[in-house]
Amino acid sequence: MGSITLQDVRKAFGPHVVIPGANLQIEDGSFVVFVGASGCGKTTLLRMIAGLEDVTSGRIMIDGANVVDVPPARRGLSMVFQSYALYPHMSVRGNIAFGLKMAGLPRPEIDRKVDAAAAILNLTSYLDRKPRELSGGQRQRVAIGRAIVREPKAFLFDEPLSNLDAALRVQMRQEVTRLQRQLKTTAIYVTHDQVEAMTMADRIVVLNAGSIEQYGTPLELYERPANLFVAGFIGSPRMNMIERETEQHRGAATIGVRPEHMTVSRDGDGWSGTVRAAEHLGSDTFLYVDTPEIGSITVRCVGELGLGEGDSVRLRPDPTRIHRFDKSGTAIR
Amino acid sequence: MARRVAVAHTVTATVAAWIVGFVIFFPILWMAITSFKTELEAFNTPPSFLLFQWTTENYATVQERSNYLHHAPNSIIIAGGSTLVAMVIAIPAAWSMAFVPSRRTRDILLWILSTKMMPAVGVLVPIYLIFRDLALLDSRIGLLCILCLSNLPIVVWMLFTYFKEIPKDILEASRMDGATIGRELVYVLTPMAVPGIASTILLNVILAWNEAFWTLNLSTSEAAPLTVFIASYSSPEGLFWAKLSAASTLAIAPILVLGWFTQRQLVRGLTFGAVK
Repeated sequence: MGSITLQDVRKAFGPHVVIPGANLQIEDGSFVVFVGASGCGKTTLLRMIAGLEDVTSGRIMIDGANVVDVPPARRGLSMVFQSYALYPHMSVRGNIAFGLKMAGLPRPEIDRKVDAAAAILNLTSYLDRKPRELSGGQRQRVAIGRAIVREPKAFLFDEPLSNLDAALRVQMRQEVTRLQRQLKTTAIYVTHDQVEAMTMADRIVVLNAGSIEQYGTPLELYERPANLFVAGFIGSPRMNMIERETEQHRGAATIGVRPEHMTVSRDGDGWSGTVRAAEHLGSDTFLYVDTPEIGSITVRCVGELGLGEGDSVRLRPDPTRIHRFDKSGTAIR
Repeated sequence: MARRVAVAHTVTATVAAWIVGFVIFFPILWMAITSFKTELEAFNTPPSFLLFQWTTENYATVQERSNYLHHAPNSIIIAGGSTLVAMVIAIPAAWSMAFVPSRRTRDILLWILSTKMMPAVGVLVPIYLIFRDLALLDSRIGLLCILCLSNLPIVVWMLFTYFKEIPKDILEASRMDGATIGRELVYVLTPMAVPGIASTILLNVILAWNEAFWTLNLSTSEAAPLTVFIASYSSPEGLFWAKLSAASTLAIAPILVLGWFTQRQLVRGLTFGAVK
């Protein structure tokens, strides 16, 4: 079991408020990703759940018990750090076994569990090596092995893949997701990479300046962003925000149209504009269009269109996928 | 071409390093050579470098006049003991300042160091009177205490900078793994800090071994370490260069040997934190 609830969790360093008050309900077995720009408080929130950071006020419940005053060692959670944080003087076996040793398990049981974890993570042939003799990806797997071997109530991941190169990151992303589905253990994963968030999460928490902007499934966030921040944060390229008055506004202060929800033609109706730059990716084409009516707009088209710099185009938004926001930035539903 | 330039650089650097090393080492070499001269030869101008009548009579005289084997154990006890006590105090102090810093940690560290900025002679009289009243004059325990206190700031600072380099993540990982503070220290921190602790011990032993101000002023015979043994050859009766050199050579020999065998640790300790 590993349900985690945050109730009015607040964090301040002196007069500087980092988390003004977070409320969150994480269900047992789910994979929740905290995403936000750097400095938004996502790591602080994770460290408070871990117990590595004190809570200024509020309650953190793990399986219904308030753990605010429980030291990290006794919260039954395990954590994978961005820097891996392996014990440099211990072998891979020693690293993975350390938590079990601290728990006072008998030696044969420790060996059995370490071997099982190593087998899952393809580390069996590296068990006697020191961390410095491993590659980045292998070190990351040792860190994960150390986390899973203790069978914790929940895994906490603090940007664990950000030190890996792009190809390895995609591979590890899938491995972590597969492992979590297999073990059915609650996981909280912190990242600034929205692709990781969208691909791995059951539910995403979008954080901005220490506040939870929205909590929902990846597609909910994409299709029904709660406010301007989430609308701009989720989706790549960014959603176009149009503040000038047009016929599509219908009483909204701002409307948002995703680059992929617009059709482009050389003539017809819609906003007129000139292509300032075109990026041809083969599968997609990104057009950056200057329009006199609504400013600069990004459009994503599938395939190759044969449009280039200086071409005149017409842009038509998909009327069913226009997002409307009021003056305060909240979505109008 | 580039390769030839690189080789030339290496050669120049090596030659320069040897020259600097020789210049620094020269006084010790000169002292060792002088210790094998007769008193007359030692005063000769111009001095002879290697071509003179070599003699070991100075060593015999020195040993006869003042017993080396009485002073050497004092030096060992005082240097070793003060280092041990300093470590017992400094390890927990540096630990807490490196890993659980408070808002005042920076100030405390500076305050600790500030005691080193005061000239020792400024407190000689009060310290002397305290020692007299506590019957610590010319006692090993007294010298051990004063050397421990005077080197403590450096020890705390060295250990602090060393501990600072240990990634906090690793300690936190052990906490997440269920280690209590005590086990975290024993199983994770200490094994990682061993090189730093070792180089701090070495440096402190050398500092304490060579300390002359307090040992000369607070001891006469019973507890007198090797510094007093050397100083006795610069006396009102006149300077005995050759015998003074022989005494000095004897006094620094043990620490020189220790330094030679541990030079890698020492250099690491002295330059730690300077280069990432």
